[in-house]
Amino acid sequence: MLEASVTQRLGDFTLDASLTVPAEGVTALFGRSGSGKSSLIRLIAGLGVPDSGIIRLGETWLVDTRRRHWMPPHRRRLGVVFQEARLFPHYSVRGNLRYGMPRASRGDFDGLVELLGIGHLLARTPARLSGGEARRVAIGRALLSRPRMLLMDEPLTGLDGARKQELLRYIRQLARDTGVPILFVSHDTREIGALADRVALIEQGQVLASGPVDEMFSRLDLGPRTGRFEAASLIEARIVAHDDAYDLTQLALRNVSTPLDVARLEGVPGDTVRLRLRARDVGVVPASASCSTRSGTAFLPATLREIGDETQGPFVEVMLDVGGQALRARLTRRDVSTMRLHPGQTLQAQVRSVTISRHDVIVL
Amino acid sequence: MLTPLEWEALALSLRISGIAVAAILVPGIAVAYLLARFDFPGKTLLDGILHLPLVLPPVVVGYLLLVALGRQGPLGQWLHAQFGVSLPFTWEGAAVAGGVMAFPLLVRAVRLSLEAVDRKLEDAARTLGAGRWKTFITVTLPLTLPGILTGGVLAFARSLSEFGATITFASNIPGETRTLPLALYSLVQTPGQEAAAARLCVISVVVALIALVASEWLARRARQRLEGRHA
Repeated sequence: MLEASVTQRLGDFTLDASLTVPAEGVTALFGRSGSGKSSLIRLIAGLGVPDSGIIRLGETWLVDTRRRHWMPPHRRRLGVVFQEARLFPHYSVRGNLRYGMPRASRGDFDGLVELLGIGHLLARTPARLSGGEARRVAIGRALLSRPRMLLMDEPLTGLDGARKQELLRYIRQLARDTGVPILFVSHDTREIGALADRVALIEQGQVLASGPVDEMFSRLDLGPRTGRFEAASLIEARIVAHDDAYDLTQLALRNVSTPLDVARLEGVPGDTVRLRLRARDVGVVPASASCSTRSGTAFLPATLREIGDETQGPFVEVMLDVGGQALRARLTRRDVSTMRLHPGQTLQAQVRSVTISRHDVIVL
Repeated sequence: MLTPLEWEALALSLRISGIAVAAILVPGIAVAYLLARFDFPGKTLLDGILHLPLVLPPVVVGYLLLVALGRQGPLGQWLHAQFGVSLPFTWEGAAVAGGVMAFPLLVRAVRLSLEAVDRKLEDAARTLGAGRWKTFITVTLPLTLPGILTGGVLAFARSLSEFGATITFASNIPGETRTLPLALYSLVQTPGQEAAAARLCVISVVVALIALVASEWLARRARQRLEGRHA
């Protein structure tokens, strides 16, 4: 577990953040640019010195300003993947990968190279790598240094959609296969939805809230901060079957008998997936309405859990309970009053399943 | 092709300059690093003193060397007492003069190159478990190589052409301190030696040209290697 509680003045900006990162899984540090997330990562990595505070990794004190203790970065054993890959231009890919590799990691080399799909690049120089390849090499280089935790500072920034998806998949796989906990910085809720188990929200140098990713996504009060238009919920589902004739995959949500059809996925029946459903693609209809045959839409039994407290503007966000999972929906304020919606009410969630693209689904 | 006298002057010049550059290389890199990376009181003064040989008349530098390193000078006395070394009027003294005159050029080139090194790469090395020294040797220094090569060759060329400080400090002794420029000077002073002087002049130009072209070629190659164009 990593514990950080630090302050640092940077010009007229003050970082005053407390953060706890569990010793397993992927934790996202979410915030807009200028929120202090990169500064916090630098302090944890040892590339900056806090004015005051402590940083502790398990039993190891990295920083304790009261005791004037500051461990230099090369002794912290934290792998860092920077926004730009920062590969050494004068070493080959192989040389880069081996740079921080202790003898004990030699056995991991081939496996990790294969996992990251960079075997054919080993003899190249970094100048001849594409953006996505360079990031993968940077991740491999950091992991081969046997870090106790991997810190990633916006590792997906600047990659195009397909490369981003690819790298996301690699990172997920790493988190699962290597068991190295990951703290990753992002300002993109889609990345976070795809990767993170936990989220810490940072704003103006302070960590405002943290918790499991689905819980954080379902907190209406954080809506404005997580970006209203892209507001979404994360829903877990299971692959039931593939429909090869129509290129579809049938999913079943927990405790829900109505199936949900989405564009064909990669997993096999039985696999768990995480779906990202945008609030604007979810609506509600009364429980009594029978409209189960509308095209491209699934109707799921739901209970209204919470109604956003907007008193002006056209839209209101509401939180639905679908088989125990939180599902965010965007309604017009008029609908809320004409349908006389109230918490506890039984409804049907209307999910526009045709809007769910492959990029919105991750096979866990 | 060359007369024994010309060979003597040329070989002496190359040897003295080679040794001078070899001697100032490590201190030059160290001082360049200090100036490029640290702020300390008196930095401007140190920078100024380092650049003095560039702007002072070389004779003044030679005279100052004589004052400091001569038998009666504080450093000279100590050197003689400790190691039995006496520098004035020896080829080692000529190397000292050449090294001192070339030092600012070396420091300047290395410093510029150091300042261009992406420090983010050094940060990356630190997070990969490299201490300051390992980071310097494996990242900073290789990335500074183009500047070190350019600076080294420039210093070599400057040392080859050194005249004023050398003749003042080490004198003009045939076979000991009579380098190319000094030999040329002697010939120019001797009536009827115009042709020999012209030959030496051509040799000097050719040597300087080779040095400059080599510097450019080496630096370009080093840069290409860094940019990965020669995989």
